[in-house]
Amino acid sequence: MEVVTSFFETPYPSRYKGIWSWLLTKDHKRIGIMYLFSILFWFLLAVLLGGLLRLELMFPGKTILNAEMYNSVFTLHGVIMIFLFIIPAIPAVFGNFFLPIQIGTDDVFFPKLNLLSWYLYMAGGVIAIASLFSDGFPDTGWTFYVPFSISTHTNVSTAVFAAFVLGMASMLTGLNFITTIHRMRDKQMGWMQIPLFTWTLYATSWVQLLATPVVSITLLLVIIERYVSVGLFDPSRGGDPILYQHLFWMYSHPAVYIMILPGMGVISEIIPVFSRKSIFGYKAIVASSMAIAIAGSLVWAHHMYTSGMSDTAIFVFSLLTFVVAIPSAIKVFSWVSTLYKGSIQMAPPLFFALCFIYLFSVGGLTGLVLGAAGTDIHVHDTHFVVAHFHFTMFGGTGFAFFAALHYWWPKMFGRMYDFKKAYISAILVTGGFMFHYVPMFILGLQGMPRRYFDYLPQYATGNFFAGFGAAFMIIGIFLMMINLVLSLRKPMDASSDPWGGTTLEWQTASPPPLHNFMTEPVVLDYPYDFTGVVEKYSSDDKGE
Amino acid sequence: MENTHALHYFEYKTLFIILLTLMGLTGITVAVSYLDLGALNVWIALVIASIKGSFVLLFFMHMKHEGKVLVFSFLGTVFFLGIMISFTFWDVAFR
Amino acid sequence: MSSHSDASGKKLGMWLFLYTEIILFGGLFVLYAVYFARYTSDFAEGGKELNRLFGVMNTIILLVSSFAVAASITAIQKKEKKIAMAGLVSALACGLIFLINKYFEWSHKIHLGIFPNSEKLMDGPQGQNMFFGLYYVITGLHGVHIIIGMTLLFVSLVRVKKDRVTHKNFTLLENSGLYWHLVDLIWIFIFPLFYLVI
Repeated sequence: MEVVTSFFETPYPSRYKGIWSWLLTKDHKRIGIMYLFSILFWFLLAVLLGGLLRLELMFPGKTILNAEMYNSVFTLHGVIMIFLFIIPAIPAVFGNFFLPIQIGTDDVFFPKLNLLSWYLYMAGGVIAIASLFSDGFPDTGWTFYVPFSISTHTNVSTAVFAAFVLGMASMLTGLNFITTIHRMRDKQMGWMQIPLFTWTLYATSWVQLLATPVVSITLLLVIIERYVSVGLFDPSRGGDPILYQHLFWMYSHPAVYIMILPGMGVISEIIPVFSRKSIFGYKAIVASSMAIAIAGSLVWAHHMYTSGMSDTAIFVFSLLTFVVAIPSAIKVFSWVSTLYKGSIQMAPPLFFALCFIYLFSVGGLTGLVLGAAGTDIHVHDTHFVVAHFHFTMFGGTGFAFFAALHYWWPKMFGRMYDFKKAYISAILVTGGFMFHYVPMFILGLQGMPRRYFDYLPQYATGNFFAGFGAAFMIIGIFLMMINLVLSLRKPMDASSDPWGGTTLEWQTASPPPLHNFMTEPVVLDYPYDFTGVVEKYSSDDKGE
Repeated sequence: MENTHALHYFEYKTLFIILLTLMGLTGITVAVSYLDLGALNVWIALVIASIKGSFVLLFFMHMKHEGKVLVFSFLGTVFFLGIMISFTFWDVAFR
Repeated sequence: MSSHSDASGKKLGMWLFLYTEIILFGGLFVLYAVYFARYTSDFAEGGKELNRLFGVMNTIILLVSSFAVAASITAIQKKEKKIAMAGLVSALACGLIFLINKYFEWSHKIHLGIFPNSEKLMDGPQGQNMFFGLYYVITGLHGVHIIIGMTLLFVSLVRVKKDRVTHKNFTLLENSGLYWHLVDLIWIFIFPLFYLVI
């Protein structure tokens, strides 16, 4: 096998050495890896904060946190998870690393802007840390609702400024990806030859670009109100606090599609490979990705049914919310149809992908309970909501992130991890997940409010169970990370195509060379045509 | 992918005529604001502003000669802005 | 490698950035729309207090500056470097005058006790507090963008002078121009909504 010099050994620009060859790199692959480590840091920190919250809630009364601290911890948990993990994770790590490769080119369109995005991401994180000190991290919840976010003495301005900076990173990444996809595809790659992961990055990028500025101005207004008291959201001065919620959710609802679309793209890549069968309904999945992006920007006020807005708005937004569910369901149908009568190859990426399909479906269905105004009235601001969004954001995007890690790890680092430990960690995480969040659905239906540091005695059992589940989940997550990191001790001997994929990243070495390809990649007419793969594997005795 | 920038520009004269048009429209919108047409005033002002904006967009910003990607993405952005404002009124107008 | 020679790609990137600016201001226009509908007569009273002459002058100044920038882009393609530079200098001068006018307008209002959280606004009709609150926030944010735009035009001017921007390679000038035109475009809507609501 020809030994290809990997991008790890080839700094770009070439004059930099050591740490500077990373901090000043223009190579999208190095930027993706830098994001990987920073994002994992924030993820694991926020997981521990979540563990702290659940430990507090395991027993009635104060366990380890007082009420004010509890408020700050759940705010911090939310802010880190949403702005520093879930929104950037898949696009910034895997999008950066694989988008150029999947379209057969050598980098993104604006490499220096790409590096700037990473610095903005890091700056946002540092600013968030800064807001932990002196007056303390905000106690408003990650939603920063007025009037409390304007009146509270905690460091709201600093924290929302961190979110503002992170938003800039997100917008610039979206801008970069859109331009890259439009201008740098391999000559043979038309729009209908683009892999589904890239398609979801494209849809996501538009949402990142257009929706993020709304939260930017909203957060700026919070800062302005805190310092200058204009009164734009203050009823005693003519303002309307519900308008804050409109502006906030105008971004934050599309944001959940920023979170899930790339995750769905990952699943759309994994399922066909491990079914050795082309994806069912490629065009339907493309159309549904774009439809989710567009329709997702029409439904924001379904977060506001109990806010005091008009009944007409409640009706309209509830109706539209049901429409948005349709394209997501199309995707689940396509994935399952792909598996049907496929030649299933079990491997950790597929295992995580299957867990995703189940967990995300539960999340999506419970979303309908929330989207229907009539039922929402009873479960709004209860633990039902908390369980719903953890099923979709964690069971969905989180698990897609794990799946992507296990699918693309050998390509990125040139080593394969231990399968058995990967399966064990997956089972611990999934099992722990169920024990952790299903009780919350029940607690919510029974009426336990969210964001409460204490609760009535009848909720004690559910909370105790949930804490138990959390422990297994957290152990599983750490085992998963350790397993992946341990693989780095092995020599770089992974093949270019350990799984049998058809997208372009599997035509190059593991890890890829600096400019991604040594020879011009071959673009298939149909990106999920497995005839070549099937031939190759039937002529060998075993795979790999 | 071009190696040199495709040369396409509007002549100074054309640009100047556009400027005069814009000034004229400014005059009209100021004049109309002195008439009391009730609720219609703000809509007329917005229509005139949109016409002025279109001239800036099409000529000064060169949109007249741009391709589908820019035209559609611009319209899409404006459409999203329209949704932002109008859908808020589902709430505000029916309280 | 990638972006060196693709001027259309760079232009696409600039337009994408402009879309974010449109939506950024868009959020403020959402607030304006709601409060205008709610407090129409207060907004009219507020509009009367603004100085129309300043408003019209600033509108004309920005339109002229946009013309000047567009002309400089034509000039660079026709290899008329002096005209290109003159256009940019004129646009910068217009921007400066705009900012000076804004300074006079704001100081006058502040002198009259009309500023965020002032007693006069707090004691007065709530609709007028909304009107002037939005006035300061929107024109303030717009002013920040004028400064950014002027910076881009200034950098373009320097590069034109040094022959780094030429008829063969004028993407920087073109994209700076696009930013400036957007700032003009936003003012085209701000002007009637604040100065002509009577």
